[in-house]
Amino acid sequence: MLPFLANRVLIAIPTIVLISIFVFGLQKLLPGDPLLVLAGEERDPEVLEFLREKYRLNDPIPVQYSAWAGNALRGDLGVSLRTNQPVTELMAEKLPVTLQLATMSILFALLIGIPAGIVSAYKKGTLTDYVANVVALSGLSIPNFWLGIMLILLVSVQWQLLPASGYVPPGEDFWQSIRTMLMPSFVLGTALAATLMRHTRSAMLGVLSADYVRTARAKGLTERRVVLKHALRNALTPIVTLTALLFGELVAGAVLTEQIFTIPGFGKLVVDAVFNRDYAVVQGIVLVTAVGFIFMNLLADALYVILNPRLRGQ
Amino acid sequence: MVATTTAPPVDPVLAAKPENRVWKKFRGHRSAVLGGILVVFFVLIAIAAPILPIPDPADTDWGAVRKAPSWAHPMGTDDIGRDVLSRMIWGAQASLLAGVVSVGIAVLAGVPLGIVAGYFGGWTDAIISRCTEAVLAAPFLILAIALAAFLGPSLTNAMIAIGISATPIFIRLTRGQVINVKSEDYVDSARAIGLPTPKILTRYILPNVMPPILVQATLTVATAIIAEASLSFLGLGQQPPAPSWGSMLNTAKNFLNQAPWMALWPGISIFLVVLGFNLLGDGLRDALDPREH
Repeated sequence: MLPFLANRVLIAIPTIVLISIFVFGLQKLLPGDPLLVLAGEERDPEVLEFLREKYRLNDPIPVQYSAWAGNALRGDLGVSLRTNQPVTELMAEKLPVTLQLATMSILFALLIGIPAGIVSAYKKGTLTDYVANVVALSGLSIPNFWLGIMLILLVSVQWQLLPASGYVPPGEDFWQSIRTMLMPSFVLGTALAATLMRHTRSAMLGVLSADYVRTARAKGLTERRVVLKHALRNALTPIVTLTALLFGELVAGAVLTEQIFTIPGFGKLVVDAVFNRDYAVVQGIVLVTAVGFIFMNLLADALYVILNPRLRGQ
Repeated sequence: MVATTTAPPVDPVLAAKPENRVWKKFRGHRSAVLGGILVVFFVLIAIAAPILPIPDPADTDWGAVRKAPSWAHPMGTDDIGRDVLSRMIWGAQASLLAGVVSVGIAVLAGVPLGIVAGYFGGWTDAIISRCTEAVLAAPFLILAIALAAFLGPSLTNAMIAIGISATPIFIRLTRGQVINVKSEDYVDSARAIGLPTPKILTRYILPNVMPPILVQATLTVATAIIAEASLSFLGLGQQPPAPSWGSMLNTAKNFLNQAPWMALWPGISIFLVVLGFNLLGDGLRDALDPREH
């Protein structure tokens, strides 16, 4: 197991280096002098000279890259042009908000997606299965930002049940925090639930026709036990790994969801940064989410080995 | 989903020529046909936009601001008195164009790279695969947002950004398919009779890896349309006053109280056209899969 994981980590390193080259390369797409972009409104020659030194802008591009990457490794991703805060500090500030949204969304996704997938596989070919599939495919086809707008229209404007926007930290008022986050995480969660349902269904279908399930039935076990203990346990491996891999979808969905519900998280940060031409923040977020995704991949690999006893000895 | 219970001694579907077999299986797939109809409907509307008897999508009428649907404006008017139906129809053009062009970019860039990586293996494969993984690691929308931000917001740049973000999917898929196909006997024999490599790649490898790529392309058009709508919704795609479903939703969210219909039509249309491509892709997968009958 360890050599396998060590191998995965070794492969991840060049990938991270490549990502950092891409992210660095982004700033070369900008027209004009990168120095003036980095400086924003600042035109003081001394400050310009300092920035030119710091980012080695007179040096060849590989030297510029290594200076930038060296800073990034030390946790220095530059400074936001708008707030003058270090990018890492800015991101650390927004991270808990998005983490809360992500956790609640994943909960929604698991609570809806997995049971729906199990039932639909167990009742394959019946009306229940058909309806579940149609709902899942619709879930994949509905733009989740539109679903968000429609829910605001219905739940907040018409029925006035839940707040339409904003964010309350859980430390301040726990229940209000959950209430505010309920709609956004439902919107984001349903999008993930559709993917999860389809994968659970196909994993369960594969398992339900396996010999050990037939044996369990032949032993006279109750259907409940056969399905939930013998079948689900074995189908769970691909589902757990998939959940780790939903990270990308989750981040992308968070960008739109935070925009609609005006939640001050990671996603809102990147969109605001784009409009403020705060390029260091955009670069920082791309780099951090990409590295985060690679870690989730490694986690998925590790979980796969841990959950699958056949791989443990290798 | 459509269960056929009769089992004749000679399956007419299997007996037919391959092209006919695919077509027959596809037609027997009710949801795929529905998907096809949805796609054709929106394509026709998008093509016919210039000749349909509708007002100009940019014409403002300050006397009819945020009017509910009526005979004069079947889908109502927007915040500056433009006809929503007309903007919907022209928006279909932007959406489909974005979907098809960005997937075109991804296929044209991804398939050759995937073929090269899969066929040659070794260092070429290692380099292409690591680059693919690196691009795949950045979430689709984040990458598209970043590219749109650095390239500047416009529909063209949104299409390029979506195309680049979708390329790794096709590199990966093609590479895997090529690895399966290249050890087949007919490829060995092509090599044995001394055909030059480019000819083997285009004549023997490419046609045999095409079916799954076609399926993936159809499904990716659906993703790309949502991605374009998302970027336009964020203000990073189609720029005003040119109509796009995403930017229409962006405006609509400010008038939910006064003019809810503004938010209704673009969302329903995105849903239907994306559903169409998804159903079509699922149907094509079943029809083109030689294992499943």
